[in-house]
Amino acid sequence: MTLRLPLIALAALLAPVAHAQTQPAPTPTPTPGGLVVDVEGGISAPMGIAIPPMPTPEVVATAAGPTDALGRQLAEVITGDLKNSGLFKPLASGQLLTVPFAEATAPNYGGWSAAGATALVQGYVRANGNGTLTVGCYLYDTAQQRELARQGYVLPFGEWRRAAHKCADMVYTRLTGEGPYFDSRVVYVSETGPKGKRVKRLALMDQDGFNGRFLTNGQTIVLTPTLSRDQRRIAYLSYLDKKPTIYVYDIASGRQTKLVTDVSLAFAPRFSPDGRWILFSMAQNGNTDLYRIPAGGGQWQRLTTSPGIDTGGSYSPDGSRIVFESDRSGAQQLYVMNADGSNQQRISFGNGRYATPAWSPRGDLIAFTKIGGGFHVGIMSPSGGGEKILTDGWQDEAPSWAPNGRVIMFFRSTEGGSGVADLWSVDLTGVNERRLPTPFDGSDPSWGPIRAD
Amino acid sequence: MATKATKLILLAALAATAGCASKRPPVLPPTAGEAPVDPNAGGYNGEGAVVPGSPQDFQRSVTSDTIHFALDMYDIDATSRSILDTQAAWLLKWPDRRITIEGHADERGTREYNLALGDRRANAAKNYLAARGVNPARITTISYGKERPVALGSDEASWAQNRRAVTIVLR
Repeated sequence: MTLRLPLIALAALLAPVAHAQTQPAPTPTPTPGGLVVDVEGGISAPMGIAIPPMPTPEVVATAAGPTDALGRQLAEVITGDLKNSGLFKPLASGQLLTVPFAEATAPNYGGWSAAGATALVQGYVRANGNGTLTVGCYLYDTAQQRELARQGYVLPFGEWRRAAHKCADMVYTRLTGEGPYFDSRVVYVSETGPKGKRVKRLALMDQDGFNGRFLTNGQTIVLTPTLSRDQRRIAYLSYLDKKPTIYVYDIASGRQTKLVTDVSLAFAPRFSPDGRWILFSMAQNGNTDLYRIPAGGGQWQRLTTSPGIDTGGSYSPDGSRIVFESDRSGAQQLYVMNADGSNQQRISFGNGRYATPAWSPRGDLIAFTKIGGGFHVGIMSPSGGGEKILTDGWQDEAPSWAPNGRVIMFFRSTEGGSGVADLWSVDLTGVNERRLPTPFDGSDPSWGPIRAD
Repeated sequence: MATKATKLILLAALAATAGCASKRPPVLPPTAGEAPVDPNAGGYNGEGAVVPGSPQDFQRSVTSDTIHFALDMYDIDATSRSILDTQAAWLLKWPDRRITIEGHADERGTREYNLALGDRRANAAKNYLAARGVNPARITTISYGKERPVALGSDEASWAQNRRAVTIVLR
């Protein structure tokens, strides 16, 4: 009997159920006041948060495991996301209280507050008859004893991790005021084998390093993949037939199409934000310039004509401008120009060289690789001001932005004959640096947008 | 009751398995990479003698198949000129042979810049050979950037070896 009331309430909350889709429940308008995480100061004083295992109304075996195990795993993934942001301090599993199913929407505020949790994330997981899971996600303020946000998701068994990422995004956005980034994917180059002959495979994974899969078999060198905004295509450089040029990989069909034909070297592909163009670099008789080509193939247009190496372009989020690197002054520096190639202006003037610029999806910053006494990842404004170096590895290269413009992924190489490259992330404070748990080594990350369905 | 207990045990086992399985990202076995190939190998006849005009004959006839470059540079210095002169002489003797020139960079450059730099170096060698009378239509170039170092150390001696252009006779 005790289970009956919440079940009905939850069922009403989560209807209608749609197959193979995540279905956010009506989200209550956030009430002003209450809990707020300061994204600058939060790093030094992360918020205490409890994410107990999610109860299930009935233990049911699913293709992804029994629902009680899924409830634990969902809480673990949410915990990992929030902890990795550096802004939250989740309670250790030993400090967590057991949440009976009836408590999912009626939390034990006193108990959680006493356990040290300022915020509480709980919910439930239920297997539906049609091969889907329903996951409820609730955020509570334990001091004010009130609900701050709720969402519900219905998705196939095999995509249960997405429910956890979406729940973590709900908590993160509600408490920090920043945009979401956990429910997103990264395309990168998986690396194995000796330094002199690395085997490189195109790989796609969730932003936390899980759910990885390989898209190419490693028989051909592949480099610098990038995900289209609609997340259906990946543009990358392949050495197929010993003719290094740009290919487009269609994720749904697995089909690869050569985009730029009959050239000796085309590389550094980047999708325009509207997906219509691919910006790229092409070498002609030893001189590299920037070009663009329709994303479906066709005639390219030349954008730069300097005698130096112009490469590493990146579009502003509105597609109107491009930041790129050029050694036309004698060493690599950053330049901004209009998307048609006009009005080229140098923006970097510090000591050392600047490379691999990436325009933030928020538009306010440009991330880059700074070369001088090692390789470091840094940020500056699009006009070149406010330069800040974020990392201090031996060789940190190729920053790529999280969809919310607060976190940057890059790859870090280590020295010597046994040196390897691995994927790392760092946030804008430069304090919260961590290595991604990829199954092998990795390089050339490209962080995609928040997933749509 | 017995069936219920069995079911519970089964579920517990499933839960344990699922818990373990989720601890790490799925690991796929690596596939074999490109088999190592010496691009200038081959060219022996049945008795072990070098066939004139073969890649092996090229290797035996030239001072070196490789020239080197200074940091971030792509100009052909005096040492490189004397090496390329021997390559040009062989190529003029065998006018139907085609070559490809690989351009490489050391690890102290960003990936994309190094691709462009390797292309510059391969083209510098190509232009020199063309100036020595080799028909440029016989020469293709390919840049490997920093993808294929020959010396694996992270020191100046290794980097100097890796900043190179390598001439390969196509068969």
